[in-house]
Amino acid sequence: MAEWLDPLLILALALNFGALGVSRIRAVVNVVAAQGILLGVLPLFLHGGIGIRGFLLVATTVGLKGFGIPALLLHAMREVEIRHEVNPVIGFMSSLLLGAVGTGLAIVFARTLPLAPEHANTLIVPASLATVWTGFLMLTLRRKAIMQVLGYLLLENGVFIFGLLALEATPFLVEVGVLLDLFTGVFVMGIIIHHISREFSSTSMDRLSELKE
Amino acid sequence: MELFLVAMAMLLTGAVASIVATRAPKIATVCGVAGAVGGCLTGLAPTLRVLAGGDRLESRFGWDAAHGLIRLEIDPLGAFFLAPVFVLGAIAAIYGGEYLFAYRHEKRLGAPWFFYNLFLAGMATVVAARTAVVFLTAWEIMSIAAFFLVTFEHEKPETRRAGWVYLVAAHLGVACLIGMFMLLGSRSGSFESAWEGLDFSALARTAANPPYATLIFLLAIAGFGAKAGFVPFHVWLPEAHPAAPSHVSALMSGVMIKLGIYGLLRILTMLGDPALWWGPALATLGVAGATAGVALAIEQRDIKRVLAYSSMENIGLITTALGVALWGAAARLPLVAAVATTAVFVHIWNHAIMKGLMFLAAGSALHGSGTKDLEKLGGLLKRMPLTGGLMIVGGVAMAALPPLNGFIGKWLIYVSLFRGGIAVAGTRGSIALLAAGALALIGGLAAIAFVRLLGIALLGSPRSEAAAHAHESPLAMTVPLAVLAVLCVIAAILPAQIVQTIAPAIDQARGIAAGQTAIEIAKAGAAPASLGYFNFCAIVLFLGGFAATIVILRVRGIARGSTWGCGYARPTSRMSYTASSFAELPADHATPRFFRPKESRRGFEGPFPAADEYASSVPDPISERLYEPFFSSWADRFARFRILQQGNIHIYLLYILIVVTAALAWVSTRIPRGGS
Repeated sequence: MAEWLDPLLILALALNFGALGVSRIRAVVNVVAAQGILLGVLPLFLHGGIGIRGFLLVATTVGLKGFGIPALLLHAMREVEIRHEVNPVIGFMSSLLLGAVGTGLAIVFARTLPLAPEHANTLIVPASLATVWTGFLMLTLRRKAIMQVLGYLLLENGVFIFGLLALEATPFLVEVGVLLDLFTGVFVMGIIIHHISREFSSTSMDRLSELKE
Repeated sequence: MELFLVAMAMLLTGAVASIVATRAPKIATVCGVAGAVGGCLTGLAPTLRVLAGGDRLESRFGWDAAHGLIRLEIDPLGAFFLAPVFVLGAIAAIYGGEYLFAYRHEKRLGAPWFFYNLFLAGMATVVAARTAVVFLTAWEIMSIAAFFLVTFEHEKPETRRAGWVYLVAAHLGVACLIGMFMLLGSRSGSFESAWEGLDFSALARTAANPPYATLIFLLAIAGFGAKAGFVPFHVWLPEAHPAAPSHVSALMSGVMIKLGIYGLLRILTMLGDPALWWGPALATLGVAGATAGVALAIEQRDIKRVLAYSSMENIGLITTALGVALWGAAARLPLVAAVATTAVFVHIWNHAIMKGLMFLAAGSALHGSGTKDLEKLGGLLKRMPLTGGLMIVGGVAMAALPPLNGFIGKWLIYVSLFRGGIAVAGTRGSIALLAAGALALIGGLAAIAFVRLLGIALLGSPRSEAAAHAHESPLAMTVPLAVLAVLCVIAAILPAQIVQTIAPAIDQARGIAAGQTAIEIAKAGAAPASLGYFNFCAIVLFLGGFAATIVILRVRGIARGSTWGCGYARPTSRMSYTASSFAELPADHATPRFFRPKESRRGFEGPFPAADEYASSVPDPISERLYEPFFSSWADRFARFRILQQGNIHIYLLYILIVVTAALAWVSTRIPRGGS
């Protein structure tokens, strides 16, 4: 089973670029959801035997990351009636370029880490770092509040991939921790978006600088 | 031990129930009080069993998240500190039910009851915790819950300031404690077992060598001293105690600050033999704290501030006794150590009772008259006879005068100092005798402080409309006062029995065989039984004299005149002593110059002078001259970083991105070679 791990992680990396490159918000949501589903099933490929508890956790992860949260976001989009363009700070080409540079750096950096031998030859650490990087790029380079939520989700996906390293030791803790974190994040952001759009009739983060003291 | 866990569960249930019912003040109060009283009474059962039998109760659980282990235990030392938590906790809860209910139209009552029960549970768990992680967690719960209780009246700016000062002090303290436990843990074995090593029994096994032991001792003094109110870490005390609701001040001053002493005692049992200089250093800190506390207590206008500074004084006395005990242990003077350690323990219980009584009585006066400013009170004894009478009991005990319990601990400290001074020749002996002199001065000043408090607040004629219309508090508030006053009297009459009860705790704290302390105290001639007889006779004589006076006055008939009228036709309260003028003499002549009040006066000019103006204020000299310049200079420096605050979230995120990338790059250059 383990031979499937790296191809799946490469797919996840490709989805990172997809998230940076598409111009419609709905498409970004779909890309992030697809990555969530992909990561949710990853534990199945990590170690062969998986108990009923592991299966339940996989189901929860897939359900939340792949369907629950995206549905929530799409609902929020309809609710506040924002326009459907991503509206980036810098262009899509430059974003993709930065993403590629970051992914390269992540692979270089992961080589320098003193990892356990069974992890050194997988793509877990580089994929995780690259996904975190992509999440950060999205947080910095996109204007709309909903894109910030998506950037945050990508960031969490990166952390989740990293958590795969510790999965064998403390599976329950890792997954519950990640899921809880994620859910709270989305919840808070959802509320904030809703309130901001009501108060300021704009969900562009640029306008928020009026709040500076 | 199961009962202890049940007690904690009851406290938490009460907490949650009162916050759920926060919209209905009556239900929230009932839930909060019931949870607190039920939890305290349940918790008292195992506590008393350990105190009576001397055996230990223990329970342990595995915990997925906190690296291994939760271990809780009640041993004699712990039971000694649990008893005041539960007793005062229950009494203050009953009182607080009535006290807070007066705020029901302005505030939701769920939150204060939630935090009150959490506060009790936190304090109890601090005492029962036997691993560092659980200890620190409970310590933090206790501190945070107390913060929310202090800021109950957060609409007042001085309360917000008090909460802020308290929070900063508490966290600087806990930072020291975390460092201390890390240091202890690092000495107790390899890195892998370090987490299990943070179990107290494992920490106690480490023979910490001198430089580490000294560092741990200093960190413990700073960390626990910040909670206990050692000088110069006391600055939060006079801010937080007046700001908090009275039943919370009673609990904070009666119990929470003593947990600082508990922590210090617990760590000292782990460190093995004390170095020779620890004791004198601690005693010096104690005398300094007691002097500062009493000097500032004399000058305050706010009743609860007087009491807060008096707590600082008493913590100073306890610290002095602890220092003498450490010195006795290090210098191989077991009799001195026995008497001084007994003084520490006896005074902790006595101070918990009498300071609890005083704070609750002050709260009752505030409840009845609407003010806690001494300059506006006066004549309360006539209008609030029950509160006033019980306040006199507490005040006499606090002044550490013979017929009541405050004197017993002090007497033991004197005995230990005289014993030490006689046993050791030369300079060290005379320093011990000089310390006894310093304590006598402190005792005299404390007596003045409480004569002033009682005299100005209770006697004379009212100085304001508010005091003139004061009314007696309801029974739910006066009965707890009466219970505490009775406890004061019992503790005064039966000191020998109390020392016998707490002897196992004293033996454990000194790390000696059970029963040893009792023998040594008898040998030192410090058995307090005779003191108990004396107190009993004095109290009986006083009550007899009081009754006789009343009877004689009834028979003869009383001519009624105005209070302290001095023969004038129309005396007013403006002609009587004010709180400040009463304090003038001792403040100007008996206290150190450093602590004197700041005065400003316009003075008379010209042949037809205008009305004169006079103002005096008593800022805490240490916070004014030490902390405020320090913090404000750093605040100025940090203000330069304002340029980073651009108000644009993208820029903030960019900062994070840059820092993370730089950190990763730095790490990757530091690691010599990748792979395995």
